[in-house]
Amino acid sequence: MVGLSAEAQIAALRAGEVSSADLVEEQLARAADDPWGSFLRLDADGARARARAIDAAPERPPLAGIPIAVKDVLSTRDIETTCGSRILEGFRPVYTATSVARLEAAGAVVIGKTNMDEFAMGSSTENSAYQLTRNPWDADRVPGGSSGGSAACVAARQAPWSLGSDTGGSIRQPAALCGIVGMKPTYGAVSRYGLIAFASSLDQIGPFARTVRDAALLLSHLVGRDPLDSTSLEWPEPVRVPTAERLDGLRVGLVQELMGEGTEPGVREAVERAMGVVEDLGGTVVPISLPSSEQGLATYYVIAPAECSANLARFDGIRYGARVAAETLLEHYEGTRGALFGPEVKRRIMLGTFALASGYYDQYYGRAQRVRTLIVRDFREAFAQVDLVASPTSPTVAFRLGERTDDPYQMYLADICTIPVSLAGLPALSIPCGLADGLPVGLQLAGPAFSENRLLDAAHALEQAIGFDTLPPGVEG
Amino acid sequence: MSALEPVIGVEIHVQLRTRTKMFCGCELSFGDPPNTHTCPVCLAHPGVLPVTNREAVRLALEIGLALGCEIAPRSIFHRKNYFYPDLPKAYQISQYDVPLCGRGRFTAVAEDGREIPVGITRVHLEEDAAKLMHLGGSGRRAGAERSAVDFNRGGTPLVEIVTEPDLTSAADVAVFLRQLRQTLLFLGVSDCNMEEGSMRADANVSVRPAGSTALGTKTELKNMNSFRFLERGITAEVERQRATIAAGGRVVQETVHFEPETGEIHPLRSKEEAHDYRYLPEPDLVPVAPDPAWVDGLRAGLPELPQALRARWVGEMGLSHEDADVLTESPELAAYFAAVAAEADPKAAANWVRGELRAQLRERGEEPWQGNVTPARLAALLGLLADGTLSVPGAKEALAEVIATGEEPAAVVARRGLGQISDEGELTALVDRLLAEHAAQADQLRSGKDKVLGFFVGQAMKATQGRADPGAVSRLVRERALGG
Ligand SMILES: [Zn+2]
Repeated sequence: MVGLSAEAQIAALRAGEVSSADLVEEQLARAADDPWGSFLRLDADGARARARAIDAAPERPPLAGIPIAVKDVLSTRDIETTCGSRILEGFRPVYTATSVARLEAAGAVVIGKTNMDEFAMGSSTENSAYQLTRNPWDADRVPGGSSGGSAACVAARQAPWSLGSDTGGSIRQPAALCGIVGMKPTYGAVSRYGLIAFASSLDQIGPFARTVRDAALLLSHLVGRDPLDSTSLEWPEPVRVPTAERLDGLRVGLVQELMGEGTEPGVREAVERAMGVVEDLGGTVVPISLPSSEQGLATYYVIAPAECSANLARFDGIRYGARVAAETLLEHYEGTRGALFGPEVKRRIMLGTFALASGYYDQYYGRAQRVRTLIVRDFREAFAQVDLVASPTSPTVAFRLGERTDDPYQMYLADICTIPVSLAGLPALSIPCGLADGLPVGLQLAGPAFSENRLLDAAHALEQAIGFDTLPPGVEG
Repeated sequence: MSALEPVIGVEIHVQLRTRTKMFCGCELSFGDPPNTHTCPVCLAHPGVLPVTNREAVRLALEIGLALGCEIAPRSIFHRKNYFYPDLPKAYQISQYDVPLCGRGRFTAVAEDGREIPVGITRVHLEEDAAKLMHLGGSGRRAGAERSAVDFNRGGTPLVEIVTEPDLTSAADVAVFLRQLRQTLLFLGVSDCNMEEGSMRADANVSVRPAGSTALGTKTELKNMNSFRFLERGITAEVERQRATIAAGGRVVQETVHFEPETGEIHPLRSKEEAHDYRYLPEPDLVPVAPDPAWVDGLRAGLPELPQALRARWVGEMGLSHEDADVLTESPELAAYFAAVAAEADPKAAANWVRGELRAQLRERGEEPWQGNVTPARLAALLGLLADGTLSVPGAKEALAEVIATGEEPAAVVARRGLGQISDEGELTALVDRLLAEHAAQADQLRSGKDKVLGFFVGQAMKATQGRADPGAVSRLVRERALGG
């Protein structure tokens, strides 16, 4: 059963071919055998109990009994939630994130929490304070990040689907590197209540799956206004599970700035082949330009650290989480935060603190906000000409573990294709579009706000035509 | 050198009287056991988000409207960052460059009727910090064995009202604050209890040569929890600044603390105020954009405020500014007085409400609007006084009875026989008796010593327990003694 898509698992359960208890047991067994390091912890007992309860219940909600893995950035009541950080070691939340609660209400069974870069800061999951996660396509390579565990577990058939969070590419980039589907919805589509904040104006929760239809199905249960999140939005139309086979009349703009020297040839070729498929299916491909997106990375690395410097200030070891004993208040703050945050988190807190400092605000944060407005305008102008924009999701395929850990800038470049979309708050997804040197290449499609259905339709048609096999060579189907 | 005059602006923090906190659903409380009104949001658990309390926005808008402020069509929240255990997020959600309410004006009126116009710079919304408790040692932070945090107060909606530096004396500051407080009480937006900290004031104080328009270096006098201390603190700080400058020194911009016990001013350690708050637009909240129709409705629904009430009472009823000021101390007292004044002579009503009624009730710990003396009863009593049925002492005694029993004044007068004696025959007999008993004084009177008249009136009151009509007695003494 673990090789099946979520959709197929739902069908098998409905047909009585398998019970939820058996299904969860199978997935738990696969997840417990974790050479990839996808999971920080499993909730085996909780998952089994829920599966049995669902099997016994007369009602069958839409996702009844289907296992799911959840990134450790999401608050789960009574299940340790660390956000990949020592500072939250042993922390058991008293409430469950709205997104997870909605899936549980629809019958989904959370089997465990997945590894991530500490506080979602990173592009390789190597910034986890606890463990490395390996790419199921090549165990010496990174799965991408920050949602590396959620991507790896779906690629490795440890879960049919999972939840991640995306601030500058943290769903799309690992989905690309692990050869699966990952989607970042429109900002405000999914409630952030219970998502441990990295950069509040950018963070969004979204699905990982092995098929576009699964991603759409999961998303359909996530979206909608939440009274606990003021920035969440009323969803204009239901998210549909896509059926499109053709792209007739669809205009796709290929972002020129992201198809140049900075992108590996193998990645470019795979993306170009995918553009050929777009045309085969009746769509048209035109080159477009997003001139301000070249400032995306610099803009992002002012805004995200600025917000994170405030968001992470609450982790002081006073009310919850781990702490380092001290004599005075100042020693307590310095000792706890100095010892229990990792180097990348500290680097970004320092960056953000500096960017907001009195006298520098306009020069950094103020200017970054203005560039952000320009990027929004670029996209608006692009969408006057085309329906969707396409680009590589990542300029490279999965890189080697340790290859970039000493060079933060090289690591930051991993998100160069995904960041502009995040800054504009737009929906985007990554689908696998081929292999380069035996490793998956991701195609990113982005659309205007609330164009999720159009994006999913296009992605589904392309996925069917491309016929990418999501099963990594060493993984049992 | 010309005289140095004070220039003072104030910042007032007011806890709003909402049911729940500013950004979560916890109920407000005072005096409940520590940490019984908390939730993941106000404890800043990982992943939580704030949601703006609409009721708090409404109350803040009412304050802004009452102070004649411009209402921002779209105001935003900011994060004010600093680390302290009473601030669980390590930032306070406040407003920075786009407050809910902008420029306004509030004109206080001194006892002598002099107007004290004060520009309002802004009125904005924010959340209160939690309460730190220092255990062991002296109960202060220094020397405490440990500190604990009570998060019940954390997240209470606060409004900060900032004035222009338009005030020029400590006494005017006190008048302004007292009348501002009255306005807030009339609006019903806060209980404005300074001892419980639901209203707190800071003052920015500087001095400058009289006639100059340039501002001197200001100091901030922090967190005074009574108007009296604030007035004394400002006076002391102005004197300190004058002395500093007179001695050739310079005033340093700093926060100072007034020690009410010693009357001394101490600078707070500069380390504590070396904050760079790194203001950041709050990304978790959407802008507050109040519907103009809603704002218009709130404006139309404002009650008659004490400033207007005072002006009306002085103009229409002939009350003194002082009477009007005292009687608008609280909305309850003002409503009570207005009800009495509608049925009785307003000046007499003002006198009795301010004076005898409050004096008698104070012993019982009651307020006029709480006990047995309904406005109708007090008006009835004043009517009996006005028509001569009761003398002043008789009225006081009757009032005491009404307070104790809740009887109607007329019934009390009848039952206790408190009615004034004005019967000619009865009074004539009394006067004749007194003239006979005090022959020496009667002779003095006949020899032209008019002062002795008072002696006889006093004797008559004594003999009747104050019930004799003093005017009639006085007339009869003359008639009978002088054979007029
Ligand atoms: Zn609360």
